[in-house]
Amino acid sequence: MSNEIEAIKDPGLPAHVHRKADHDPVAAKRAERQVAILFGISSVGTVLLIASFFIPEDIFIFVPVMGSQNAHQLGLGLGMAISLFFIGMGAIHWAKTLMPDQEVIAYRHELRSEDVDRKEFVVAVKDGVEASGIGRRSLIKRSLGAALGLSALSPILLLRDLGPLPGNDLKETSWKAGTYLVTDPGDRRIRASDLEVGSVAQVLPESDDPEHRKLNDIAKDAVLLIRLRPEEFNLDAERLSWTHEGIIAFSKICSHMGCAVALYEQQTKHLLCPCHQSTFDVTRAAKVIFGPAARPLPQLNISVDGEGFLVARTPFSEPVGPSFWGRISS
Amino acid sequence: MTTEQRIGQVANYVDERTGAAAWMKKNLQKVFPDHWSFLLGEVALYSFVILLLSGTYLTFWFDPSAREVIYEGSYAPLEGVQMSAAYASTLHISFEVRGGLLMRQIHHWAALIFMAAIVAHLMRVFFTGAFRKPREGNWIIGIGLLTLGIVEGFLGYSLPDDLLSGTGIRIAEAIIQAIPVVGSYLSYFAFGGAFPGEAFIPRIYIVHVLLLPGAFLALITAHLMMVWYQKHTQFPGPGRTEKNVVGYPLMPVYMAKAGGFFFIVFGVTAFISAVASINPIWLYGPYTPGQITAGSQPDWYMGWLDGLVRMAPPLETYFFGYTISWNILIPGLIVPGILFTGMALYPFIESWITGDKREHHLLDRPRNAPNRTALGAMSITFMLVALINGGNDLIATHFDLSINQIMWATRIGIIVLPPLAFVITKRLCLSLQRADRELVLHGRETGRLLRLPHGEFVEVHEPISPEKAYLLTSHEQAPPLALPEVDGRGVKRAGALRNKLRSRMSVAHSEAVPKVSTDDLKEIEHH
Ligand code: HEM
Ligand code: FES
Repeated sequence: MSNEIEAIKDPGLPAHVHRKADHDPVAAKRAERQVAILFGISSVGTVLLIASFFIPEDIFIFVPVMGSQNAHQLGLGLGMAISLFFIGMGAIHWAKTLMPDQEVIAYRHELRSEDVDRKEFVVAVKDGVEASGIGRRSLIKRSLGAALGLSALSPILLLRDLGPLPGNDLKETSWKAGTYLVTDPGDRRIRASDLEVGSVAQVLPESDDPEHRKLNDIAKDAVLLIRLRPEEFNLDAERLSWTHEGIIAFSKICSHMGCAVALYEQQTKHLLCPCHQSTFDVTRAAKVIFGPAARPLPQLNISVDGEGFLVARTPFSEPVGPSFWGRISS
Repeated sequence: MTTEQRIGQVANYVDERTGAAAWMKKNLQKVFPDHWSFLLGEVALYSFVILLLSGTYLTFWFDPSAREVIYEGSYAPLEGVQMSAAYASTLHISFEVRGGLLMRQIHHWAALIFMAAIVAHLMRVFFTGAFRKPREGNWIIGIGLLTLGIVEGFLGYSLPDDLLSGTGIRIAEAIIQAIPVVGSYLSYFAFGGAFPGEAFIPRIYIVHVLLLPGAFLALITAHLMMVWYQKHTQFPGPGRTEKNVVGYPLMPVYMAKAGGFFFIVFGVTAFISAVASINPIWLYGPYTPGQITAGSQPDWYMGWLDGLVRMAPPLETYFFGYTISWNILIPGLIVPGILFTGMALYPFIESWITGDKREHHLLDRPRNAPNRTALGAMSITFMLVALINGGNDLIATHFDLSINQIMWATRIGIIVLPPLAFVITKRLCLSLQRADRELVLHGRETGRLLRLPHGEFVEVHEPISPEKAYLLTSHEQAPPLALPEVDGRGVKRAGALRNKLRSRMSVAHSEAVPKVSTDDLKEIEHH
């Protein structure tokens, strides 16, 4: 329909232009030599690789632009690069200069089968289905369907022991009423006076076996202590009572996706998560002031014992870390 | 015995047992069209081979285990540090195995090149319309390979269990955990309990080195068999039609070029790996959930996802005590799901819009399919904005901007810029079509001025060659679908709304500057 207007005619494939090497034996000989040289360079690369294998690993050489480089590594890499690259160059130069460069034409055939074949195919399938009787014998059809469907359940069942059910695991941490806060690293108890105003410290719950802390525990237990001047807080009475002499404790596990909230800006009193830049205001109980996190970092209720060591007064009042379906359900 | 006789003997032996000679004869002469953009898929294929080779090398030393060990290797700064066996063995590969660091870097660089080549190849296929019938199946396989590639790469750089990769796993865990109803169960099944546990590294290891490479091999084989069987598409031009293939025979030219090109890709990958360090895991330290490296960045093919997650609004809803984290679900699952499904279905969507059910073996020049090209530009723009936001911290420190500024710019940009890219690209395509028309009608500007008898200066135009004129006019300009909303008796047809939508899209799709016909040329000659 669109071609009612007369289109410009196809002039056909342009005439082939011969290369010099096609009719000039000298040019052909030169091309052959060039290919051989390229393959030769490759072999030199392999020799470089072998030699570099024996360079001691502690020798460094200065390379302009790149600076100081490990000679062993650089030699191995460059040797390998040269040996491979020039095999490729040689092969392509060979193809381009000496192999036939006349484009040839092949014809396509429609992918569609002949009408007869298509008809016969349909008949064959129909005959096959009929011969099996699956259409007529509905009892077989249904019971087979049920059997196949049911058998698909077995892999699901067999994969059940991939892991335990979460239960209350995601909602609990090692922090209990009376758990001491200890430094990480170091595992020493902390006095309020150990922390200067404006400083931060990472702490963990005191453990019987600090040498063998489980990563699974750290992933929920890590806490940040920050000390401000008490009047800098902007908290309700309850949350203020969770602090001690300007020391406030938050879960270090981001309420967004669980990264460690590691950056503290002293001037603004903001905690920043480097993963997606959620920013929490320390003075307002880690309220989210920027970024994708939807919830403040859980605050830990802390106080001191008789000797002045920092201690948790209660467990966390909510699950730490990223959200999940049943996070606030009981 | 001459070479010919020897080949004859081998061929005879094989043929008498397989009857393969006839098939081989035909296929050794198979014709492959030549164009630089057809090399992109080859780069992807060759990088995959490089990944198989270098990955297998790494398995000889890598210990996929979360077992705690005390480091005693030759990298002094980590002496005596507690770490997983996976991390320690990666250090061992990097510092004690001769050539190990090179192989690690080759493996990682090859992964980046692999993904870049897949994306570039996919763009070539998209913008030239190579996905049209009969190649829709291969398009879908390609999208499958892209998706698996992203997963495979992510699992790969999670294996060494350094601080950076552990952080990536933590984020993946949070995405799983955010799935409504079953999220925390799925996460516990995947990790064998709580995050990070000890089961995950060995599990993803077997997926990384066996399951997914197996899937890749199967899909790539199917992909190439289809290309072989359906024959390659070709760009339009004189002598090239829907019914032929113009190019070089497999044996010897294409074989030599393709084989040579494999070595070039491998050589270039080795060169980059020799001079450019990548993923220096010893600088990050072993993973522990309480710490993080500043400026955490995933590999680039994950960067757009990270960027989407970063710009998501802080939205969570709670009902009946249950939590839905839109801030994670939307950027982490819903948007990528829509994007990839849409991409996979695109061939069918386009053929529904145009009503075109014919086979196509001649490629489109992107300007001659303005709507499709504009859609592609729009998608790329979306991805780029997301990717830029994925590196917002780096950009902020580099260009002295605040992260807030970049975040807000990209939050607005991701909504405003893609449609803008669509409009601009479409106009650009149409004006390129207009330029083609001018060229055919009036020839090429030569820059030479001619003084006419009465003193006026005109520029001399030189007519273009018949080959070029044919190239610029050989494309088809299909009229939009005519879908009447009412039938012959004036009754509204069923599905009127759908038809209306389809007509609208069809009109937009067939928008074009009329190409030059012989009549146009004749008319000019008369003047
Ligand atoms: C499409 C295919 C593949 C991709 C995209 C890919 C990607 C990656 C990446 C990005 C890494 C991190 C490397 C690092 O910086 O340390 C990695 C590690 C690894 N890969 Fe692969 N890979 C692929 C296939 C394979 C195959 C086929 C094998 C083995 C048969 C393999 C074995 C390994 C091993 C053992 C490691 C860990 C060792 C280490 O990180 O040093 N990979 N992979
Ligand atoms: S994990 Fe902290 S902002 Fe995403």
